[in-house]
Amino acid sequence: MTYLHQFVFGIYPYIALAIFLFGSLARFEREQYTWKSDSSQLLHRGRLRLGNILFHVGILGLFFGHAAGLLTPVAVWDALGVTHSFKQMVAMLAGGVMGGICLTGLCILLHRRLSDARLRAVTRPGDKVLLLWILITLLLGLSTIFVSAQHRDGHEMVLLMSWAQHIVTFRAGAADFISSAHWLFKAHLFMGMTLFVIFPFTRLVHVWSGFASVTYIGRAWQLVRPR
Amino acid sequence: MSHFLDRLKFLSRVQSTFADGHGAVVNEDRRWENGYRSRWQHDKIVRSTHGVNCTGSCSWKVYVKNGLITWETQQTDYPRTRPDLPNHEPRGCPRGASYSWYVYSAQRVKYPMIRGRLMEMWRDARLTMDPIAAWEHISQNPERARRYKSVRGQGGFVRADWETATEIIAAANAYTIKQYGPDRVVGFSPIPAMSMVSYAAGARYLSLIGGACLSFYDWYCDLPPASPQIWGEQTDVPESADWYNSTYLMVWGSNVPMTRTPDAHFYTEVRYKGTKTVAVSSDFGEMVKFGDIWLAPKQGTDAALALAMGHVVLTEFHRDNPSTYFTSYVKQYTDMPMLVQLREQDGVYVPDHFLRAAQLPAALGEANNADWKTVAIDAATGELVAPNGTIGFRWGEDKAGTGKVGRWNLESRDGGSGREIDPLLSLKDAHDEIVGVGFSYFGAEHDELLVRNVAARRITLARGESVLVATVHDLQLANYGVDQGLGGGNVATSYSDDTPYTPAWQQKHTGVKPELVVQVAREFAQNAHDTHGKSMVIVGAALNHWYHMDMTYRGIINLLMMCGCVGQSGGGWAHYVGQEKLRPQFGWAPLAFALDWVRPPRQMNGTSFFYAHTSQWRHEKLHVDEILAPTADKSRLSKMAMIDFNAKAERMGWLPSAPQLQTNPLDVCDAAAAAGQDVPTYLAKQLKSGGVQMSCDDPDHPNNFPRNMFVWRSNILGSSGKGHEYFLKYLLGTQNALFDDPNDAIRPSEVTWREEAAEGKLDLLTVLDFRMSTTCLYGDIVLPTATWYEKDDLNTSDMHPFIHPLSEAVQPLWESKTDWEIYKLIAKKFSEIGGPYLGTRRDVVLQPLMHDTPGELGQPMTPLDWKKGECELIPGKTAPSMMVVERNYADVYKKFTSVGPLLDKLGNGGKGINWDTQHEVHELAGFTKTVTEPGVSQGRPRLDTAIDAAEMILTFAPETNGHVAVKAWDALSKITGRDHTHLAVGREHDKIRFRDVQAQPRKIISAPTWSGLESEEVSYNAGYTNVHELIPWRTLTGRQQFYQDHRWMLDFGEGFCVYKPAIDTKTVAPMLGKAPNGNHELVLNWITPHQKWGIHSTYSDNLRMLTLSRGGPHVWISEAEAKQAGIVDNDWVEVFNSNGTLTARVVVSQRVPQGMCLMYHAQEKIVNVPGAEMSGKRGGIHNSVTRAVLKPTHMIGGYAQQAYGFNYYGTVGSNRDEFVVLRKMKKVDWLEGPRVEDEEGVAK
Repeated sequence: MTYLHQFVFGIYPYIALAIFLFGSLARFEREQYTWKSDSSQLLHRGRLRLGNILFHVGILGLFFGHAAGLLTPVAVWDALGVTHSFKQMVAMLAGGVMGGICLTGLCILLHRRLSDARLRAVTRPGDKVLLLWILITLLLGLSTIFVSAQHRDGHEMVLLMSWAQHIVTFRAGAADFISSAHWLFKAHLFMGMTLFVIFPFTRLVHVWSGFASVTYIGRAWQLVRPR
Repeated sequence: MSHFLDRLKFLSRVQSTFADGHGAVVNEDRRWENGYRSRWQHDKIVRSTHGVNCTGSCSWKVYVKNGLITWETQQTDYPRTRPDLPNHEPRGCPRGASYSWYVYSAQRVKYPMIRGRLMEMWRDARLTMDPIAAWEHISQNPERARRYKSVRGQGGFVRADWETATEIIAAANAYTIKQYGPDRVVGFSPIPAMSMVSYAAGARYLSLIGGACLSFYDWYCDLPPASPQIWGEQTDVPESADWYNSTYLMVWGSNVPMTRTPDAHFYTEVRYKGTKTVAVSSDFGEMVKFGDIWLAPKQGTDAALALAMGHVVLTEFHRDNPSTYFTSYVKQYTDMPMLVQLREQDGVYVPDHFLRAAQLPAALGEANNADWKTVAIDAATGELVAPNGTIGFRWGEDKAGTGKVGRWNLESRDGGSGREIDPLLSLKDAHDEIVGVGFSYFGAEHDELLVRNVAARRITLARGESVLVATVHDLQLANYGVDQGLGGGNVATSYSDDTPYTPAWQQKHTGVKPELVVQVAREFAQNAHDTHGKSMVIVGAALNHWYHMDMTYRGIINLLMMCGCVGQSGGGWAHYVGQEKLRPQFGWAPLAFALDWVRPPRQMNGTSFFYAHTSQWRHEKLHVDEILAPTADKSRLSKMAMIDFNAKAERMGWLPSAPQLQTNPLDVCDAAAAAGQDVPTYLAKQLKSGGVQMSCDDPDHPNNFPRNMFVWRSNILGSSGKGHEYFLKYLLGTQNALFDDPNDAIRPSEVTWREEAAEGKLDLLTVLDFRMSTTCLYGDIVLPTATWYEKDDLNTSDMHPFIHPLSEAVQPLWESKTDWEIYKLIAKKFSEIGGPYLGTRRDVVLQPLMHDTPGELGQPMTPLDWKKGECELIPGKTAPSMMVVERNYADVYKKFTSVGPLLDKLGNGGKGINWDTQHEVHELAGFTKTVTEPGVSQGRPRLDTAIDAAEMILTFAPETNGHVAVKAWDALSKITGRDHTHLAVGREHDKIRFRDVQAQPRKIISAPTWSGLESEEVSYNAGYTNVHELIPWRTLTGRQQFYQDHRWMLDFGEGFCVYKPAIDTKTVAPMLGKAPNGNHELVLNWITPHQKWGIHSTYSDNLRMLTLSRGGPHVWISEAEAKQAGIVDNDWVEVFNSNGTLTARVVVSQRVPQGMCLMYHAQEKIVNVPGAEMSGKRGGIHNSVTRAVLKPTHMIGGYAQQAYGFNYYGTVGSNRDEFVVLRKMKKVDWLEGPRVEDEEGVAK
């Protein structure tokens, strides 16, 4: 048990990150023509606009929420005078709202994708796995709210932050912080990390491009290339 | 180096900026641009075209990349036309441009396919039997035969291999030949011009084994019978460039921009030159947009419109103010001065036969064929003369020993003395009597016999009898209701009289304003007068698909002849229906019909064949009384059904037969030998005594079934098969939706009627195609062929004068083979299996009295029937000629693949001329090398590949070999007595070879095959050499004929052109309100034009074309009627009558006039066809609601121009007189799920 715990939360995060980064790199290098979001908008409109916007607003909110919440050092919060319990309440509330929005959007997209014959025909197994994966991760994430509600002192949250910060700063003993965490957290963490593993092999690679498109803001209007 | 690293080079990426920083010069990877660069880099670019009966014959660049066909674009390197004339290019339309999709589509047939149940039984039988026995075991056992025949069209193919497929075919052919006769093996393939080597492959095989090739032009109903009737020529028309030479252009029922897309530019360009254009169309077709005037006659009434125009022209330009140009033209080039005998009948006179030299004292000095020399009066002397050029002068003059040869020309000379004459046009000022002549009228609202005064002269015949004669000119004016100042009834005093055929009269039938008719007729004639004939009419199949199409066509052509337009550059009759013009025809015929090995081949007119063998005759409801003239002898004709007329025509040698005799012709030869008699003598006796029957007398006798059928390059069941459900029920014996009750039909009086109808007559249907067409679905064996981008072949069109190739861009895909290779393979297998089984046999071939042979001089006056004891049975005169040929069945393959010795021995030729062609045989041997293997073909030129076959065509045809052209003109000069070789000597040393046309399409060399010239001076225009070289038309009078004097023409009231309304097919009344579904039922006329999204260059199931239209079958109706029936655009409707039913979506459009329903031709039942409510089965195709009805006048034979020729004359499959019930469907049932079968495995 201890070894497994150590592996999943101490070593697997690096494996996941490595696959995520090198996988993305390899895909970008080798398979440029597959680097796309695979939109099905031209085949069938349905409720794409509604589902798509809800899903993306939700999931981007969750992404940035997780990033800020987990990776901001505790000292910063303390300096700002944010109490642990208050931060936990904000996390639960914001996560719940964003998660709800994301879940609604995701359900609309899933229904649309599976109920229309034309879309079903172009849906690859990988697409289905991805959507289901996100759904399960999301549901697990949402269900942790109820666990968190049992102890609102923020202690558990700080342990999770410590784990994350130890991982990204390459410090040993990260896994020990969460050895006593509720299994729902562990399951959510595992699913979340694995999402990074499957990332390079799915349409999720468009996320890179999405973030990269921010550079358009500062780009010159016209680009020309010399021979 | 790396996409990622390149992206990361933020700092070095921007090299400099410009436009105040709004632009930046960046240094990033440009390799992705190579994708766009290589877009136009190909392995090769090959010239090919589309062989789908498209008159375009367009040059396409077919691109091959990485071994795959990627796309095609228009090729633009045609030879130029002439100064001041636009060029033919660019050619090609969106349908053609979409073709490359088809090559790799799911529709493609990739492997040989065999009906599963047949394959199962075959494998089982082959365990213990040889192929012949296996075939007999399966096909001749009723239960086993039913097992595979009854599921035709229901899927269930299994993949097979070439060995098995060809083995079954060879065994079936061999068995059928021995058991029933070689003429029970038939083949249907249309339009050789679209891929002539492919056509020739199958036809050569069939001709070598003694099978029959079926004609198609007549069956499509694109064959205008008016053309042979008037000119003795079938569809010789101007190239499209000649439209540009016209100064008054009528486009009559031909949707030029849609169906002649690559040529439509001449139609628009000529308007910039100032030419006036008139569009005549019942619906708002696309060509109407280009018309300065639009005349919209009610569909099917065009003859009335044409006759009214003729009335105006005759009145103003022939009677009141005769045009000198018109007068001299009709005198020399038409039958107008010829004399017609008037016969007294019930107190009035009726026009009878042309007066013949033989009837006059001393036969006017004509010893040879005096029966076939018509007579005129010389205005200078007032004497009766037999002018040069009539058909009697065409044949046998050299053998008659009179020393007078070369009189078959249009010089105005007395044939006897050779002195110049001035033929008298009218007897108005030179008559003996004015008599009342009766003209039949079929329009119902006037008397059925209209008596009009005609000037006549009384003459004494050789027998002492005194008769009245009149000129065609005077009779013609009377026929049109034009008064020559002779008074009397039924002639017009003004255009507003309601007298046939005035402009006011026509309005009641057509709905067209009389003043428009007068205006157009006047302008048309005035233009022709001013320009010497540059008025032109473009016509299309729209007019020709009616039962009485000859009346419409003759009405229009009369107009052209009266105005001297035929044979003049920029003038004449331009009938375009498909790729009819097989330009190198004389080079092709020996290849296709194996004339190099055995003559004659068996050929059959498709219409009569399908009418008999799909048992449509068992459902005939048109009574002969409905179409007979009031002057006809009804007691003699009334009891005859249409099939009786056809059988009569077959036994009298007018029409061909297939099968020919109820007894196997191989056995007939054996029996004759056993009786110690020569075959014709023996057979004539047996036929007369009834010992041997002709097949046509009992089509439902099992010995008279066609047993094996090949279909290639055709989709007969999805496209041209009029009476689709009859095909399914009777010929194939499978599921159908035929509602009609044969007990309501007219019983034949001579042909045997069997109470039990024969079903499933065909034992084996073999289909060669590259796509799973409707016909393939009904086949027993489907063989995958190469597409137009995978084979070498030749292609020509009437629209332009070029020879064009089809070329192999990629090798035949999957397991497909070219038609040439497939038939070679079948021939090989057949020789292996059939050779030992059949050995060498003698075969007697019955051939009708053929046009352009001396046989066309059959019975000169009233035809007599040997079977009725009216005359002797004389083969080749009163009956088919009977010719014995020897067939060594083991040699079929060797003969197939080499050029035979008959070309050296008998020469080559056609259309009545013949020339020695030994030189060309040697020439070809030099190119294709000779056969070295021992056997019958040793030392003969090889025909291994399709290119060898193409070279054979090009070497022997005058159009592509200058030496042959000169020889051919020289041969004609001997008969006409005038030197024509000057037309080709300039190009004598030109030889067009296959690689030449691949490099660039080549202009043909002028040849006597055709009546037009292709030169630096004139565009190709039909009749040009008749007018300018004085070569007679190949008719009775040698001139263009306004008058048709065959007894049957007179009996059916078509001596002169008259107006005949559509016939009543009686298919709607039994169905109307019979099974209501609660929705309103419309009754509409059924019109099946060619479509915009398919046919002629691609097929309607082409995904790209489906996407552009309705994605499946659709019909068009008018807005008013849609409203009336509660139908909105895109609703599902069912269309039915007693012939069958179909389902389609509806297009509600302003284009369509009320009373009409349009369904584009050849929308197949393979994409988006739901079940029909009436039948409970899947809906049919456009021909599910049609049935062919024969017309006896088309069966006439042995009578000069009205003599049989393959695709020249014969019955035609008309279909536009049909009406249908149309109603909105209540429930659209897609009939999905497994097939429901009864215990015997027959689909329910």
